[in-house]
Amino acid sequence: MPRIWQRQRSQEALSGYFFMLPALFILSVFLVLPILSALILAFCKVQLLGEVRYQFTGIKNLLRMIADERVWIALKNTAEYVAIVVPIQTILALGLALILNTNIRGKKGFRIIFFMPTVTSSAVLTLIFMWIYNSDGLLNHILSFFNLPTYNWLGDPAIALKGIMLMNIWSTAPFFMVIYLAALQEIPASLYEAAQIDGANRWEQFFYITLPSLSPVTFFVIVMGIIGTFQLFDQSYIFSGGSGGPNNSTLTLVLLIYNYAFSNLDMGYALALTLMLAVVIMTVTLLQRTFFREEQVH
Amino acid sequence: MTKNSQSNTFLYGLLILYSGVTVIPFLWALSASFKPLAEIASGSIHFIPQQFTFANYQYIFTQEPLFMRWFFNSAVVAIGVTLFNLLFNSMAGYALARIRFPGNQFWFFLIVAVLVVPGQITLLPKFLILKSLGWLNSYAGLIVPSLVNATFIFMMRQFFINFPKELEEAAALDGLSRLETFFKIVLPLAKPALAAQTIFIFMGSWNEFLMPLVVMSDPEMFTLPLGLNAFKGQYISYWNYIMAASMIFTLPALAIYAFFNRYFIQGIAFSGGK
Repeated sequence: MPRIWQRQRSQEALSGYFFMLPALFILSVFLVLPILSALILAFCKVQLLGEVRYQFTGIKNLLRMIADERVWIALKNTAEYVAIVVPIQTILALGLALILNTNIRGKKGFRIIFFMPTVTSSAVLTLIFMWIYNSDGLLNHILSFFNLPTYNWLGDPAIALKGIMLMNIWSTAPFFMVIYLAALQEIPASLYEAAQIDGANRWEQFFYITLPSLSPVTFFVIVMGIIGTFQLFDQSYIFSGGSGGPNNSTLTLVLLIYNYAFSNLDMGYALALTLMLAVVIMTVTLLQRTFFREEQVH
Repeated sequence: MTKNSQSNTFLYGLLILYSGVTVIPFLWALSASFKPLAEIASGSIHFIPQQFTFANYQYIFTQEPLFMRWFFNSAVVAIGVTLFNLLFNSMAGYALARIRFPGNQFWFFLIVAVLVVPGQITLLPKFLILKSLGWLNSYAGLIVPSLVNATFIFMMRQFFINFPKELEEAAALDGLSRLETFFKIVLPLAKPALAAQTIFIFMGSWNEFLMPLVVMSDPEMFTLPLGLNAFKGQYISYWNYIMAASMIFTLPALAIYAFFNRYFIQGIAFSGGK
């Protein structure tokens, strides 16, 4: 710090708080206060109509969660979604990154194209896919062209969630591809040179150098994928017109929370569900951070 | 040599195939936006419209007066949020990186801590706060809670910590105050960080769905994503109109992306590497 400013300590303190003031004010009112009130209101019954009123109900909301069938359906949908989407999008992202990391020409152009879905709004992507999924739509035409079975993508409860999965793999894999690409470029070339001298072939180099070097990034990508899945809302909402249908097949936790809060006006219970969601997400995040730090220490 | 070029051909094949998978949905949507309803309903699968028409776009702008309003709302919110974030995040990041004031460490710790908290937990309490302030269905309700962003305060702090100190020392010798130094010397040199921030915040706000859905219930105050959703509900099988509306919404964002794409890549690499 420049000496001239250092001399005027109190003025430094003053300017420090002047620079921080907008951030501190907004973060207090719209981040810290909401977090604290969520922690309290999750244990209350909240009356929204007319005058807003709160009544402490203890763990009643938590008990209700366990008995709530729709919570279990949303969790089941989320689990199915994690099990299918996360591995496929991770492998796809890695595969694309590996190809783009070779010394072929036109990489930049491909990267720009692949990245297009990531910058398009979820609302537009969902509408485009609903148009493609139409029973008389493009996807069914392509499937029947290759003599594959066609589906009622929008209306069949057994298929609707798959449609959202397909769309999300398509739109998020390129994002993770960019993260992989950055990590691949940081692996020291000397490692590969040493391996070549030792006579390792391409596959051995991949399994003994590339994959282990990428493992913190892979962990990051998987965790981000899981978190993104738990936060899924826009696509389900637009796809099902807000209901989570057909037959609850596209119901997600955030959509359920939204419905309890704004259709049933059951704010306290919705907040209890939010708290559960937050605990799950934070646990996964903290796990990732702990592992990641250990990786760095070694 | 031949083996190498063979494998290159194979890789090119894969890249071109995946490019097709990426681009075809966009092209199919673009194509539908230039087709009359009869051609859409006939279920034909021509990418080039048989009867090319601008009527869908014309219809949206002339028969849907709210559409321009939604575009305007989205622009007001996204531009407002972006400008304030650039200023406030940079100020806070600079203070945390450079100014020694009581509580500096504590506030930094707090900002890192809230980065772990998922946004959903604040959604409903924010709604209650905005309701009690009377800010539902107002621009303030969408703009004010998003005036700063903890992630980018953190990013700007990391940026300013690596910033050369000599310039500020020289400015201090010239008699400039902290404030003058920040606005005249530091901020103009922070352009790359500001560019990355601009794109991420603008796009995030432009595409946001959940928060506007909660804050805005009056159709006059919808942003474009909400408007599109309402539009889809109103014109259920008029895919020609829905796709034209989608394209109007998407093309500005894609244009900005094509222009600034290297900042996207840098910004993401940063978020993955932190």
